[in-house]
Amino acid sequence: MGMAVDIRNQMAKRAAEEIQTGMVVNLGIGIPSLVPNHLPTETMVMFHAENGITGMGPSPSMGEEDENLCNAGGFPVTLNKGGSYCDSAISFGMIRRGRVDITILGSLQVSKNGDLANWIVPGKKVPGMGGAMELAQKAKKVIVVMNHCDKQGKPKIVKSCTLPLTSAACVDIIITDLAVFTVNEEGLLLTELFAPYSLENVVNKTGCKFKIRETVRMIPY
Amino acid sequence: MENPFGKITTLAAVMEFFHDGMTLMFGGFGGVGSPPALIDGILEKGVRDLTLIGNDTGFPHIGIGKLVSQQRAVKVIASHIGSNPFAGQFMHEGKLEVEFSPQGILAERIRAGGVGLPAILSDIGMDNELVVKGKPYYSLADKKYLVETALTAEVSIVYAKKADAYGNLIYDKSARNTNPLVAMAGDITIAEVEEIVQLGSLDPDSIITQGVFVDYIIPSKGVNWKWAWQ
Repeated sequence: MGMAVDIRNQMAKRAAEEIQTGMVVNLGIGIPSLVPNHLPTETMVMFHAENGITGMGPSPSMGEEDENLCNAGGFPVTLNKGGSYCDSAISFGMIRRGRVDITILGSLQVSKNGDLANWIVPGKKVPGMGGAMELAQKAKKVIVVMNHCDKQGKPKIVKSCTLPLTSAACVDIIITDLAVFTVNEEGLLLTELFAPYSLENVVNKTGCKFKIRETVRMIPY
Repeated sequence: MENPFGKITTLAAVMEFFHDGMTLMFGGFGGVGSPPALIDGILEKGVRDLTLIGNDTGFPHIGIGKLVSQQRAVKVIASHIGSNPFAGQFMHEGKLEVEFSPQGILAERIRAGGVGLPAILSDIGMDNELVVKGKPYYSLADKKYLVETALTAEVSIVYAKKADAYGNLIYDKSARNTNPLVAMAGDITIAEVEEIVQLGSLDPDSIITQGVFVDYIIPSKGVNWKWAWQ
């Protein structure tokens, strides 16, 4: 599945374009966790983890794992210079106070006005919201990185979410394997396309109407 | 070791505090920072019908997950149960009641309980019927907020790196997580610690949890489970 891995990294690389030096960034699991691999080395970012790490670094090498230094998913990480630890209340205080500049997360559905549904499939998995509600509601910028369609080929970008909401009108940018959209009060605006997809491809696979930017950027990677 | 406050004790001695039907609060996040010897002690004693309060239900064989997967709990108040399939299964079978609370609000409810406040006001999750269900609203400066009640427990169990004989605690890296909050919210708080040191040997500026909140200290033998990544 070489192609599949590649597009995951392309999506992560596109998300990385949003990150600038000085930002505090929280990453979800899955594709968002690939984002740090695509940041220029000179970009100084403080990665935030809900379990009380600011300044989280990459995974340790084999044998160097510390069971008391893990990310919110329970996997071993490291601490970068300038990093620190805090308790869960402080960690979420940072989020609610608006100190987290960007959160990058996956989703099950996003609506055309930026409603996020990423925590519950009724009658199926009920994992709990974890920290997703606070992040979606209070991070300055919410970037969703997800496949354009679900496993059955149904659009994940929809007119209105059929799944329970994590948070209403909170998403700022949607990055899929086909395209990039920005979201505001007027709805969705397609700004970029991944090769080899066309506008027609995206229209056919999207569950709602959207505007198209005058000059659509073809993502060069 | 000098024990002037009588707080340093053994696992066997604190077992009297655990009983069927009790409310038990635990520190830890995905099992990291949960007290392994105390959890095993509760398992071995056969305590049942627990109401568990903590960040998540761990993994089936990690942290508080052991109590959940062996069906010792009737209710869980947590933010996430996804890493322990037994929790979801028992919930669907009607054998386990789960109250979900957004992670940071859960932490703040525990903190409120720990610092003697009855409730907090929150605007998190107001778009979600599960979060708002049964909760009163309060209007403040023309904005509506959810009233989120404080949480306390009969017993809190926490895991720390070091304790002195008064129960002053310091933690290890991300194993701190909910422990300092949970430590404050128990009517009785028991700390399982990697190392017990003499009074006066912890740097007073580095102490995270004041011994005021800690009733008993027991030594840990370290975790006895394999981590999910191993």
